[in-house]
Amino acid sequence: MTIRLAIATVALLAVLIMGATPAVAERLVTSLSRHQVLVTSNFAGTSIVLFGTIEPDSPNARRRASAYDVVVTVTGPKQNIVERRKERVLGIWTNMGSRTFLNAPSYLAVLSNQPFDQIANPETVRQQQLGIADKLMPQLLGNDVGDVGRDDAFRANFIRLKTQHQLYLQRTNGVTLLTPTVFRAELPLPAGAPIGNYDVDVKVFAHGALLTRANSAFEVVKVGFEQFVANAAQDYGLLYGLTTAMMAIMTGWFASVVFRRD
Amino acid sequence: MGPSCCGGRDVTLRNLTTQPCRTACVQIYLPIAGLPVDIFLVLAMGLAVGFISGMFGIGGGFLMTPLLIFIGISPAVAVASVASHIAASSCSGVISYWRRRAVDLALGLMLLAGGILGTAVGVWLFTVLRGLGQLDLTIGLSYVVLLSTVGGLMISESVRAILRQQQGKPVTPRRGGAHTWVHGLPLKMRFKRSKIYVSAIPVWLIGFIIGFVGAVMGIGGGFLLVPMLIYFLRVPTATVIGTSMVLTLITMASATVMHAATNHLVDAVLALILMIGGVIGAQFGARAGQNMRGERLRLLLGLLVLAVGLRFAFQLVVQPDDLYSLRVMGAE
Repeated sequence: MTIRLAIATVALLAVLIMGATPAVAERLVTSLSRHQVLVTSNFAGTSIVLFGTIEPDSPNARRRASAYDVVVTVTGPKQNIVERRKERVLGIWTNMGSRTFLNAPSYLAVLSNQPFDQIANPETVRQQQLGIADKLMPQLLGNDVGDVGRDDAFRANFIRLKTQHQLYLQRTNGVTLLTPTVFRAELPLPAGAPIGNYDVDVKVFAHGALLTRANSAFEVVKVGFEQFVANAAQDYGLLYGLTTAMMAIMTGWFASVVFRRD
Repeated sequence: MGPSCCGGRDVTLRNLTTQPCRTACVQIYLPIAGLPVDIFLVLAMGLAVGFISGMFGIGGGFLMTPLLIFIGISPAVAVASVASHIAASSCSGVISYWRRRAVDLALGLMLLAGGILGTAVGVWLFTVLRGLGQLDLTIGLSYVVLLSTVGGLMISESVRAILRQQQGKPVTPRRGGAHTWVHGLPLKMRFKRSKIYVSAIPVWLIGFIIGFVGAVMGIGGGFLLVPMLIYFLRVPTATVIGTSMVLTLITMASATVMHAATNHLVDAVLALILMIGGVIGAQFGARAGQNMRGERLRLLLGLLVLAVGLRFAFQLVVQPDDLYSLRVMGAE
């Protein structure tokens, strides 16, 4: 009887352990230095600091605690973007080919503590879409929507242009592990960062496998005068236009009064 | 960067202007354009274009729009905001020419009547071309053809006038009896300020062409209007600039309102900085223009127009630095 009870208890415990601790034995806690970036008249870009700790919850997890890798992905508001390519036709350079990227992130930053090939095997890196080149980028191809290979010229140049505009960036030394379980990352936002919501996705790897992930977000908003002007332009177009035209006429009149010589 | 590569923000320059720069510069964030610019750079651009516009009586849109696109502002916002800058410069110009009694209001209003119709037809063609997908090329080519032709004609005419003068031959004064076919048309009207007596038909036609070209090419059309008034209607140089400015003021003020009401792309902050530079520049420009001989003025304007035309031609023919360009849909 006691033996049976003992077996039952062990079995129950085993079930409980299996059920309560699925693959995840780590708790990931992250915090952003702020959740709102205010765009004011002197806004010239900024950066947000992300802090995080990885708390191993099981003895098993504690054993791999020294081998954590962190990948932080920041995705800005989605946009449909047309890319055009110039070709020479009859001696004149003109836009000939074009490719439309659907719901492409206007801003994309990928930060990690070491190069991806040292975090996981190439198969996992591709599956998890770790690098910018690995991200799925839906494009309009004829009537279909799909992603072409990463060697495609349009796709490669899209990423190159976005990187030049400082809107896409990939830093394999962008995450610092302060201790094996505490990390810090600086998310740079350029002056031209689009207004909207930004998602921050943190993935923790160990020995090439994804252990856990956490999401948070921040937003870039216009405030004060900037917001007032932007709202007025959008909501009261006609009035805004009349005001601007009046402003032009007043400015012209004012200048002629100020500069009047006779 | 011209319309031929409107989609391509000039990256190197954009970085220069949006990044904290070496010298003391004050960055200001433009709420509609959505990027910061150096306030003094924009002010200087307003001043320079304002000076030229005051001097020659042109709006200066064909100079300002490419400049704004060059520093990274999207073409749509640039075109919409430039309209209000041109309105301010020409308003200041109109007032100073008005005081010198150098504005023919009757002629200006007659031109406007044709201009409104021309704008409507131009907007319609703009939409059709855009649907066909080669608007950029069309605009680029028409800039080249129009600016080079007009610039070339103005240069050759004014050089001949200057040469005649240097050879000691008296400049043939405008004789009342020197009639061309233009003067044989019916519906004659007398424009007192300009001392001309012409048919209303060519006046409407010129207004129509200016409105049409302005809507299709996104320019005020002053640089076309001035020579047309001089060569076809024989409007004296004294009143031609003031009159052309009246037309520019009205068309550009209404263009501002229309752009704001339909596209919501007028950046008032950008416009204000441009305006302040523009009106100050226009005052000095107007003074410089008054002290200059008519044919010299036309030669200078011809050279300027030709230079911009050649710049566009150069851009079409030479391989661009970057063959690829991005444009956010919906922002255009």
